[in-house]
Amino acid sequence: MLDQSEGYITEDGRKIGGVVMEMKNITLRFGGVVAIKDISFDIRQGEIRAIIGPNGAGKSSMLNVISGFYVPQEGEVLYHGKKRPQMRPYEVARQGIARTFQNIALFEGMTVLDNVMTGRLNHMKTGMAAQALWKGKAEREEVENREVVERVIDFLEIQNIRKTPVARLPYGLKKRVELARALAAEPSLLLLDEPMAGMNVEEKEDMSRFILDVNDEFGTTIALIEHDMGVVMDLSDRVVVMDYGKKIGDGTPDEVRNNQDVIDAYLGVAHD
Amino acid sequence: MPDQLLFGMEVFLNGLMAGVLYALVALGFVLIYKASGIFNYAQGVMALFAAMTLVGIMEGRVPFSHLINAVFGSNVHHFGWHLPAVVGIVLTVGVMVLLAWLVNALIMKHLVNQEPIILFMATIGLAYFMEGLGDLMWGADIKKLDVGLPQGINGTIDQITFDAFGYGFFIDNLDIWATIIAIVLVASLMVFSQYTKQGRALRAVADDHQAALSVGISLNFIWVLVWSIAGFVALVAGIMWGAKSGVQFSLSLIALKALPVLMLGGFTSIPGAIVGGLIIGVGEKMFEFAIGPMVGGATENWFAYVLALLFLVFRPQGLFGEKIIERV
Repeated sequence: MLDQSEGYITEDGRKIGGVVMEMKNITLRFGGVVAIKDISFDIRQGEIRAIIGPNGAGKSSMLNVISGFYVPQEGEVLYHGKKRPQMRPYEVARQGIARTFQNIALFEGMTVLDNVMTGRLNHMKTGMAAQALWKGKAEREEVENREVVERVIDFLEIQNIRKTPVARLPYGLKKRVELARALAAEPSLLLLDEPMAGMNVEEKEDMSRFILDVNDEFGTTIALIEHDMGVVMDLSDRVVVMDYGKKIGDGTPDEVRNNQDVIDAYLGVAHD
Repeated sequence: MPDQLLFGMEVFLNGLMAGVLYALVALGFVLIYKASGIFNYAQGVMALFAAMTLVGIMEGRVPFSHLINAVFGSNVHHFGWHLPAVVGIVLTVGVMVLLAWLVNALIMKHLVNQEPIILFMATIGLAYFMEGLGDLMWGADIKKLDVGLPQGINGTIDQITFDAFGYGFFIDNLDIWATIIAIVLVASLMVFSQYTKQGRALRAVADDHQAALSVGISLNFIWVLVWSIAGFVALVAGIMWGAKSGVQFSLSLIALKALPVLMLGGFTSIPGAIVGGLIIGVGEKMFEFAIGPMVGGATENWFAYVLALLFLVFRPQGLFGEKIIERV
């Protein structure tokens, strides 16, 4: 494995920077069940980092630790080199970490546009009265936020459904709207929890393309969890493999593919 | 025009205005229910408490004076000032915000993710607590509330209708003002929820907690905000009812009249609360007018509940509520 302390160059020639987020000896227990056992890894500027593993390996738990939904009993989370104190999920979001959910968590009663606009909430600074009365600074801010949102909507090709209530959309499009909302926050780290779960082949291809484009176009750092091995190997720069709450592999897709532990635990079963 | 019809029209108008007051109370329920899924049984007592506090502050009463005098053997009752209504209202809003914060910090925060019935029970406890607290703070006597709104028959309407139909309509000035204030209140709530950051966050929390957290919304902040707004709505309702019939315990029972309104309008719809309130207000007045004499009167006591029962049977989600779909 190459020395990555100063970043590295990917196979397709992208420059990966320093560490954005570092997980140090994370242990998470639910009562007597150990969901995550002493796991360390890092996520670097501009890379697509995957977390894979069989069902119940603790992948989603790990994502929930990063986004503040779960609080680990042991270990440290370092964000931009600084130890992160215990935080609520909304505080983590305000630090520039956006996420999507495995089972889609959208505001079903609102339109696509309104949903994506909620992604901008943390970028709105003007007071309540000014916003209600629609004056000066508030108006400029609203226009700026709308521009970002429209750019994201164009980028993800959902212009034609922007006024549609989310509840009426099919599953695949809902996933895309959720991604749009996360992107609208212009996050410094984007967490995707099984972005392709339950999709057909065509939808998976679309979603893969969007993830690569987001990374390419905006330079967004992405950490994702995915079941579909083919997709993971194509998309990601580096992969963490988990099994029964432990880390059993970490490296480029090729390194992981040839790791005997990984083959035993996961790939071997799936691909032999 | 025949007298009966004219009288009917007058009853109709009065029904509309009574309905506005029902709608105001129901609105407080809807706000909290939408944002946190809590059916706040204490909404009526909040209206009573707000009105008592307003009277207490305006008249310069010493809070807990009975308790203080009993413990220290002193004899303090009044600070000796009389505050204008505006100052009193501003201070009372402050008290209601503080109350909202306390309710969230001491009760609701610790009951997150509990069954709705538990949250409901908590609000019943809150209702009795606040009832006692109100009496302890300001005394249990019937208080007169006068915030300077005009009261009594509106001469202009009386004159105009008399000239036109030869029959003067009796419309109370207070009812007219209540209607205007309710319209302004609802309009500002709509603007707030559609066009402000906090309003958008509030709608987001009402829709999905997890998603709201993930875009950086603090649930606690929104809950305090929602209870504060509900407290403010309770204050407005308390002022209107208090000015009409004095600030006394029975004021908290108007909450019971809000129940049929909610059955009609649906628990999750602000327009529903308003339309439901108007239908109940008009319905019970017109029913009393048309059918009442045949059955010996006093139909206003039960009409709203029977109407609500019919709705429960034929349209359980109410007029505007979200449709109940059970997926199998």
